[in-house]
Amino acid sequence: MFEFLLRMGDNTLVLGHRVSEWCGHAPVLEEDIALANIALDLIGQTRLWLGLAGEVEGQGRDADALAFRRDAWDFRNLLLVERPNRDFGHTLMRQFLFDLWHLDRLADLCRSADERVAGIAKKCVKEADYHLERSKDLIIRLGDGTDESHARMQAALEALWPYVGEMFTDDALDMEMADKGIAPLPSAQRARFGAALNGVLSQAMLTRPESDFARQGGRTGTHSEDLGHMLATMQFLQRAYPDARW
Amino acid sequence: MYAQEVKSTGRGVKTPEEMSAQERAFQARIDAGEKIEPKDWMPEGYRKTLIRQISQHAHSEVVGQLPEGNWITRAPTLERKAILLAKVQDEAGHGLYLYSAAETLGVSREELITDLLAGRAKYSSIFNYPTLTWADIGAVGWLVDGAAIVNQVALQRTSYGPYSRAMIRICKEESFHARQGFDIMMKMANGTAAQKAMAQDALNRLWWPALMMFGPPDAESVHSAQSMAWKIKVMTNDEGRQKFVDQTIPQIEYLGLEVPDCAARLNPETGHYSFTDPDWSEFFAVLKGNGPCNADRMRARNKAHDEGAWFREGLLAHAEKHQQAAE
Repeated sequence: MFEFLLRMGDNTLVLGHRVSEWCGHAPVLEEDIALANIALDLIGQTRLWLGLAGEVEGQGRDADALAFRRDAWDFRNLLLVERPNRDFGHTLMRQFLFDLWHLDRLADLCRSADERVAGIAKKCVKEADYHLERSKDLIIRLGDGTDESHARMQAALEALWPYVGEMFTDDALDMEMADKGIAPLPSAQRARFGAALNGVLSQAMLTRPESDFARQGGRTGTHSEDLGHMLATMQFLQRAYPDARW
Repeated sequence: MYAQEVKSTGRGVKTPEEMSAQERAFQARIDAGEKIEPKDWMPEGYRKTLIRQISQHAHSEVVGQLPEGNWITRAPTLERKAILLAKVQDEAGHGLYLYSAAETLGVSREELITDLLAGRAKYSSIFNYPTLTWADIGAVGWLVDGAAIVNQVALQRTSYGPYSRAMIRICKEESFHARQGFDIMMKMANGTAAQKAMAQDALNRLWWPALMMFGPPDAESVHSAQSMAWKIKVMTNDEGRQKFVDQTIPQIEYLGLEVPDCAARLNPETGHYSFTDPDWSEFFAVLKGNGPCNADRMRARNKAHDEGAWFREGLLAHAEKHQQAAE
């Protein structure tokens, strides 16, 4: 259960952090506002998931201890969400792919046999719905915009495609969660995701990559080089001043 | 307010005899406390001065995202990160209201931003100072937003309707910003020795630039008289500065920190503090572009704008295609 909650909370923590890196640097003021809003939602969701994870673990760790005092190998997020921001197109495509998975996942979790999980999912699902509405709309408009915006969105999709498959692979922990009725198997989402994705990509004039190669490891703690750098920044104060309260 | 040295007409205030009948009627409305609305007649100097002041204020909100954004990725707890994100989001929102208020005067946001990026428009000198430690985030909220509130509360009474209404809305959010800054300072000042040292250091560095936010002394402020007559400005620079010092020194004492100005004294008769003037040569150097971060701030804004061009063009192209398809 603890590991399952880390998987949920680390996704929102890491993606929320990535999105917050844009603060003040977005292409237009409205996007600065929208990105701050999304980061804020994701950080809020992190506090719920990691807060519950700390409670379930029972070792006296709260959400902050889990966010700021674990090293990369203890993180359980999808590799997708730790991908660097690169250009705004990458940031939007990463958000869209995550949102499409996330909304569906949360909708499933609203029916979890664990009331605490269902409770958090119900709080988060409305935000995720708005996130998807926004990211889907931008993917369509930019895919079907200028030649350059189209090329950038296609390039982003291809670069991020190897990180999509990890969202739908099942392991022993997923089986256990499914058996207990806490969370359905990730693989059960694959077909719904694919259908919804195809619909958006066709409106966006984007081509779905053919490769079915899926890079894996994030959910079990083997991350990319990027996560270590992100944590070095994010955890700096807690690590440098371990006795301080903020 | 985040506007300093806003150029007015460059001439003295006209006497009633020098004014045309239209100008006299306009001044009478201002003197009676009426609000001027976008479609009302206004002297060209009033319009231009307002555009300069409101756009300078808007640019300050936008550039002001950068020094605080500098610590969003290093905020020490999830709650602090969320609060800081919410605050910086508010600042961007203030930028939007203010650009919209300026647009009611017949300029476009695009023109104003082009001026900013080309280095032709000013923004508050305060944002050309760096945020070096987490305590600076506390000090920015407490001192910088605190100083801005002193001006903005007064500006709720400004004569131009859209600006006044934007200020009313902005003030509500700014008071939350100042409180969150003070809350960070409380934690730091009552924390470990290192945290307390950071808090004192932040106060020492930001005290003087915060005093400069009100602009040069009234005696040297060449543009104030006309703006005051038009109620574009409703408080002089020195009045605002005094109010800020009077409210802030007791807060410094409450935090258990040292006032950075050893000459600051409360005059029991007037109830006001006397204090040392900041180094005005530094202020003018920062306005000329020689502050610690001027070049970095403008580089960051230009980079965001240039690298975002494809995004803005893509959205426009999509909208045009669909408009054509609909016709």
